[in-house]
Amino acid sequence: MPQQIDEYAREISDEKQHSVIDGSSKGTDKRYSVLFNDYEDPNSLRKLAGAIKDHTLHHLDEYLEKSEKALTDRGVNVHFASTDEDARQTILSILRQHEVTQLTKSKSMAAEEIHLNPFLIENGIECLESDLGEFIIQLDGDEPSHIVKPIIHKNRRGIANTFLREGIAPDYNDDPETITRRARVHLREKYMTAEAGITGANFVCADSGRLALVTNEGNSRFGMAPVKVHIALVGIEKIIPQERDLSVFLNLLGRSATGQQLTVYTEFINGPKSENQPDGPEHMHVVFMDNGRTDVLASNCREILRCIRCSACQNVCPVYRQASGHAYRSVYGGPIGAVLSPILFGKRFPELADLPKASSLCGACNEVCPVDIPIPDLLLRLRDKAKREEVHSEGAIPMSPFATLATSPSLWRTAMTMSKAMNHLPIQVAPIKPLQDWLGQRTLPDSHGGDFRKWLKDRKS
Amino acid sequence: MSRAQILSKIRATTDNLKDKAAYPEYDVSVMVSEVKLQESDLWTAFSNNFKAVNGRAMSSVAELVEFLDGNQQRTGYCDPELYDSIGSKLAEAGLKVETEYDRERYDDYQFGITRATGAIAESGSLIIDDFKTSHRLAALSPWVHVGVLKKDEIHRSISDAIEAFGDAPNIIWCTGPSKTADVEGILIEGVHGPGEQIALLV
Repeated sequence: MPQQIDEYAREISDEKQHSVIDGSSKGTDKRYSVLFNDYEDPNSLRKLAGAIKDHTLHHLDEYLEKSEKALTDRGVNVHFASTDEDARQTILSILRQHEVTQLTKSKSMAAEEIHLNPFLIENGIECLESDLGEFIIQLDGDEPSHIVKPIIHKNRRGIANTFLREGIAPDYNDDPETITRRARVHLREKYMTAEAGITGANFVCADSGRLALVTNEGNSRFGMAPVKVHIALVGIEKIIPQERDLSVFLNLLGRSATGQQLTVYTEFINGPKSENQPDGPEHMHVVFMDNGRTDVLASNCREILRCIRCSACQNVCPVYRQASGHAYRSVYGGPIGAVLSPILFGKRFPELADLPKASSLCGACNEVCPVDIPIPDLLLRLRDKAKREEVHSEGAIPMSPFATLATSPSLWRTAMTMSKAMNHLPIQVAPIKPLQDWLGQRTLPDSHGGDFRKWLKDRKS
Repeated sequence: MSRAQILSKIRATTDNLKDKAAYPEYDVSVMVSEVKLQESDLWTAFSNNFKAVNGRAMSSVAELVEFLDGNQQRTGYCDPELYDSIGSKLAEAGLKVETEYDRERYDDYQFGITRATGAIAESGSLIIDDFKTSHRLAALSPWVHVGVLKKDEIHRSISDAIEAFGDAPNIIWCTGPSKTADVEGILIEGVHGPGEQIALLV
């Protein structure tokens, strides 16, 4: 049975939990001030961004064809993949076509989603993650737990030990600068001997086909500069109508993700390198991937496809902070994952249907969302879906006795009157398992036996 | 097969949508952060914003020589077209300047001087594109990158720079040195790319 989020949060080590709490809360003020100092009304901008995305999604067929044409006209090979398996096989066959045996890959949630690395490695292709955090994840055989900061759950001591164990470092040194320099030396050797670079894309402009790709480290730039083949794996929801819309999304993405006006390296690509240029890919392939996105589009939660993967919702979510991204059992942790995973991985809905329930619906995720996704509403719609489809989450505390009580006024009144007695009874030890489980995580205030109802009834209006 | 399948699945939804959202007409100037553009002179505005992201803005070759020499960055690459105006002056000051970038010796270059296509004042970004830069790698592998630009190449805002994209198949904006905060959120500069990003005005 998969572990539920609250169970995961109870059992997580203190060390890991502190790393996640520190990492996700750090920079909150910076992210807020960079929006509110720079713009008079940032709220109107995110509504604009949401509206552009909605328009694109409602006309996605047109924009997908337009993007395909723009890219093809500029010498890019465009491929389509309906499923994760299609995407993996398409990429493998492109690599074989170009006789690639070694490549580097910059961070891509789409590639994480289809577990591309292990597949390519199984098929004899050396595939190295080049984002520092993802590189460490790969060395550890771990999973990322945050969209922007994949190793938010790790600390410098663990990383220093990994580097020593894997021979990246000659000795133990947990100074973050030393760790970074050692990775720099190791990875540039790999960049220079690689034959291909795989990336994702943050946006695709339908008018020119231009892919926008952002990194702070410069790893995607480096991964593409010395190689002959560039493959971009792109979810079909990444399309935006025009280049001019980039100013909306780039300005919001950097600010919401890391509190930067722009990410350090913002690269725009719509073709193989130009003829005069000695460095860069001679062949460019774009793989547009569905893998459940059209199912999300067909659902009543399609607003989640507006997401630009900034991770702002993860950073502010009290449940994410306590439980970590790993508790969400897919590559998308936190509020975005709680909505996206159960529908994107549709066949896994029964297994993931508990995710939307692990929320107090506080609304912080919506408040910070740069494309104004109504995440709390979507969580409720998914709870409703689980109810209608009679999907019961394993380990969930049955609430039907409470529902019976709460929907019968006479029973409720009687229970209220009697509830004062509970103040003096050790109900925590009552041999009723659901009650024990529920009270195991909560301390009830003393009951006042319906004083409020009495006050309300007697009140002179 | 996947192509037809994806398009037909999209259409199965979009054809039945009652209210298809229209494209929201807007003026891109709403995205311009005017507080970043208090200085009317674009080089001054760019310099201020570039410094804010830990870039270094310089307006003379002498300043560059002093910086490279003082930081022991004494061997590097210079775009041959910039040799007469910049590279030769570095060589005169005793620095070793090569006009061929040999990728086999990528670690030998401590600085790389290449032509920038322009800059963005609002964000403090250097723009490099495939047409103007002599080598993508020369602007990336050395610890110090110097992007050379002219004053009339500075765009006021991000949206102006997008409008001026042109036809280059590859354009990159560099907003400061390469950096990471992956290890415990601590900022470290110079991860894969340059640890020093310099804009030199000529």
